[in-house]
Amino acid sequence: MMEHLLEVNNLEVKFKLRTGELTAIDNVGFTLDKGERLGIVGESGAGKSVTGFSIINLISKPGYISGGEIMFEGKDLTRVSEDVLRHIRGNRISMIFQDPMMTLNPVFTIGEQMAETILAHKNISRKDALEISVEKLRQVHIPSPETRLNQYPHEFSGGMRQRIVIAISLLLDPAIIIADEPTTALDVTIQAEIMELLLELCEKNDTGMILITHDLGVVSQVTEKIAVMYAGRIVEIGSTENIVANPLHPYTKGLIKALPGSRGTGEKLYQIPGSMPNLTEMPKGCAFHPRCELAEGECFSKVPELIQRGNFRRLAACHKF
Amino acid sequence: MHRENRLVTINKLVKKFDISGGFLDQLKIENKKIVRKKTFVHAVNDVSFTVNKGEILSVVGESGCGKSTLARVVVGLYSPWSGEIFYKDKRIDNLDGSQMLSYRKKMQMIFQDPYASLNPRMTVKKTLEEPLRFHEPSISNSEIEEKVLYVMEQVGVNPKWADRYPHEFSGGQRQRVSIARALMVDPEFIVADEPISALDVSIQAQILNLLMDARDNFGLTYMLITHDLSVVEHISTRVCVMYLGTVCEIAPVRNIFSNPLHPYTQALLSAIPKPGVKKKEHIKLKGEVPTPIVLPTGCVFHTRCLYADERCRREIPKPLSYDNGESFVACHGVEEKRI
Amino acid sequence: MDKWKKFKESYFLYSFLRDPVAIVSFIIFLFLVIVSFSAPLIAPHDPYDTSTISIMDSEIPPVWYGEGDDNFILGTDSQGRDMLSTMMYGMRVSIIIGIGAVALQAFLGVVIGLLSGYIGGRVDAFFMRLADIQLSFSTLMVAIFISAIFQTAFGVGKYSEYAVPILVLIIGIAEWPQYARTVRASVLGEKEKEYVEAAKVIGFGSRWIMFRHILPNTLSPVFVISTIQVANAVMSEAALSFLGLGMPVTKPSLGSLINLGFEYIFSGSWWITIFPGILLIILVLVVNLLGDWLRDVLNPKLYKG
Repeated sequence: MMEHLLEVNNLEVKFKLRTGELTAIDNVGFTLDKGERLGIVGESGAGKSVTGFSIINLISKPGYISGGEIMFEGKDLTRVSEDVLRHIRGNRISMIFQDPMMTLNPVFTIGEQMAETILAHKNISRKDALEISVEKLRQVHIPSPETRLNQYPHEFSGGMRQRIVIAISLLLDPAIIIADEPTTALDVTIQAEIMELLLELCEKNDTGMILITHDLGVVSQVTEKIAVMYAGRIVEIGSTENIVANPLHPYTKGLIKALPGSRGTGEKLYQIPGSMPNLTEMPKGCAFHPRCELAEGECFSKVPELIQRGNFRRLAACHKF
Repeated sequence: MHRENRLVTINKLVKKFDISGGFLDQLKIENKKIVRKKTFVHAVNDVSFTVNKGEILSVVGESGCGKSTLARVVVGLYSPWSGEIFYKDKRIDNLDGSQMLSYRKKMQMIFQDPYASLNPRMTVKKTLEEPLRFHEPSISNSEIEEKVLYVMEQVGVNPKWADRYPHEFSGGQRQRVSIARALMVDPEFIVADEPISALDVSIQAQILNLLMDARDNFGLTYMLITHDLSVVEHISTRVCVMYLGTVCEIAPVRNIFSNPLHPYTQALLSAIPKPGVKKKEHIKLKGEVPTPIVLPTGCVFHTRCLYADERCRREIPKPLSYDNGESFVACHGVEEKRI
Repeated sequence: MDKWKKFKESYFLYSFLRDPVAIVSFIIFLFLVIVSFSAPLIAPHDPYDTSTISIMDSEIPPVWYGEGDDNFILGTDSQGRDMLSTMMYGMRVSIIIGIGAVALQAFLGVVIGLLSGYIGGRVDAFFMRLADIQLSFSTLMVAIFISAIFQTAFGVGKYSEYAVPILVLIIGIAEWPQYARTVRASVLGEKEKEYVEAAKVIGFGSRWIMFRHILPNTLSPVFVISTIQVANAVMSEAALSFLGLGMPVTKPSLGSLINLGFEYIFSGSWWITIFPGILLIILVLVVNLLGDWLRDVLNPKLYKG
């Protein structure tokens, strides 16, 4: 079997709080191949962003990785030194955030920031670095990149800023881009453009992508594989088409059925009762059981394993399959 | 449509915000002379439409298109710059505070952010009692209590939690409380400003269902402000598409989605990502949304429109009415049958 | 009972118990308040009762010196008053003036800040310029100015009779801009929130919205500055008294005691100045430390709910 580009196994992230330790992510595992695009879907608090951050070990205190491994290019990223990680971050694995201003520094011009990023990882001249920057800005379809290079972030619109962030994330031709809700703050027409751009660039450079989002529509457009997260665990993972057309886990089923547009105009929508449990009051057994119509027996006592279900290469964590 | 069916009518509504600052900031040098010049944000420009009894009129558009401002002008949070607002047949935009009170009861609003729309220092019970005590000072305590419990049950909040504070609730529950507060005074017309966009996917369906239930049980009419077109398609009867403070198109929901006329509506609809649909071609607009401080001449959309010609740049398009006056489209291209 | 349980589980108590500085400060503060307010009951002498004071007892050093007297543990001042008792009474005066002045500052500041922030426009411009002007003088200068006017207007005798309320008034008026600015800033933040819009849609009047909805949500910073302002007010009072514009010698506060003893410090009677001085420093320090802790707890960025 071919080795995966990224392999996450049994990842566990905990938060130290005054009331004790909370498990934010439990037993999360997935793989990503070269050029593959994976969507991590879930609601706020499901642990999808924490998963994304933990891949490059960017979890801020009081959180920490308490178990599992993250294999990337032959190294376990949970065990390597901060120096090695720094070399990987932004260089081999880059990240795009929801708010472009988290990446862009308002007091430097775009050009300075881009050159800085390149020079931190590569031993080339400043002039060459700026040339690469212009090239990347052209790739993200920013008109007249030579002049735009000398402008400050506030001189760009929201959509343009996100393009620049994408250009920065591409500067060093990373193997993986982790995009955390990259279009949530943008309008639909701009969202469509940004997603199209991301897709185009990933395909062209054979870059792997992990797209973290709550929007099943966005995920369907660009990814090949989806992992659905609920309360810190992956409840279902499989190919995008399969999951959207034929979800196995009751939570995924509910999510898809609950989308407006899945039923006729004006009809009542399917609704999953209740809301996702807080990390502090996680139910026993399957975390979804208080909201699940099918829950019975061991659903109340035993956490279901994520195992192969159905014909396709699908994994689901549910006792009632 | 019959006159008596009209609930809220707005006519040539304009809202500008003065952002020129103090006197000294307003002074500018022009032609070597100092002139005093004010700067305005043109949030809503000459908007007219009618909301009919029992319908859900959705106002859609991208951020900065003035839809939230429009909502706030309609419920009286902002006073209009010019134009008229009618409730049934009574003009209400020029009423003073005490005259307005009886209309306040009829028109309520639901807000976007369930974390900011409830007073964090008031229990759910206090939040719900307050509007009723204010509008019906004669009502007895037991009646108030009864009503609070009834409305809480209607919106799906456990009445046992009446003494809790907002921070003890989840986002979805807070939004339910917020809806309950609006329902306490028996309104007829509710303006909902992005009521589900801050909520999680699995909670959105719950709140949409609640809004539809409340319409049936309380006989409500909604004006729904949203950017989420799949919600619009599901819930509304008519849709009003706004761009840069101007109405592009108003039409019944099935017409908008099956046969959008205005080029902006077409672009907007083509951009919605649908679950289970791989990437599809969407209409790419040129350029970026202009600032509402300096509006483009002529049609506000011409700088981005793929069909714009000389007339579009010069002349503001008039709303073209069809379908018995139920639908409008404001586009020279449609009028000339170019599009 | 329910409230007590909630309090026991609260973040407030938790962070207090985790912070030894706060605990020690609180215990000292509590001790000082109890001692000063029960002074008439527990003080060994009554410094206000002239009949018990004998000039023969003046300038007796503390008890651990050879010339000391068991009756006067910390010695006596130049008028023969027991230092310990006088300090206890003096601290009571200082605390009363401090808290009274802060109550007045807070009242003025909160009302003005609320009006400025909520109404905005000219009201805001007027009050904030007034605050700017007042802040461009030092507090002490304003206070000296006002108290000098009072003293000349009413005469020194009348002034000493009403010294406490007058000092409260002086220090209260001198420092309202602190509150007004803080409250205004948080009102500006709160009034944009949707719950305020919701209240407007219901039809409530401005006064109701300001006092019932916005005010309770702006009180956290008011509590924080209040502690620090109490310390400041005690210091201001001490400074005024030291300059001879505060409490009269017959009813000394800590400040006037320090002033009183200052004349004798070079003649060897250091205790008349040093003991009240140390007490003043401890009092102001613990109030400030408590204020720091409170600011950390109530910081809305760190503490939610």
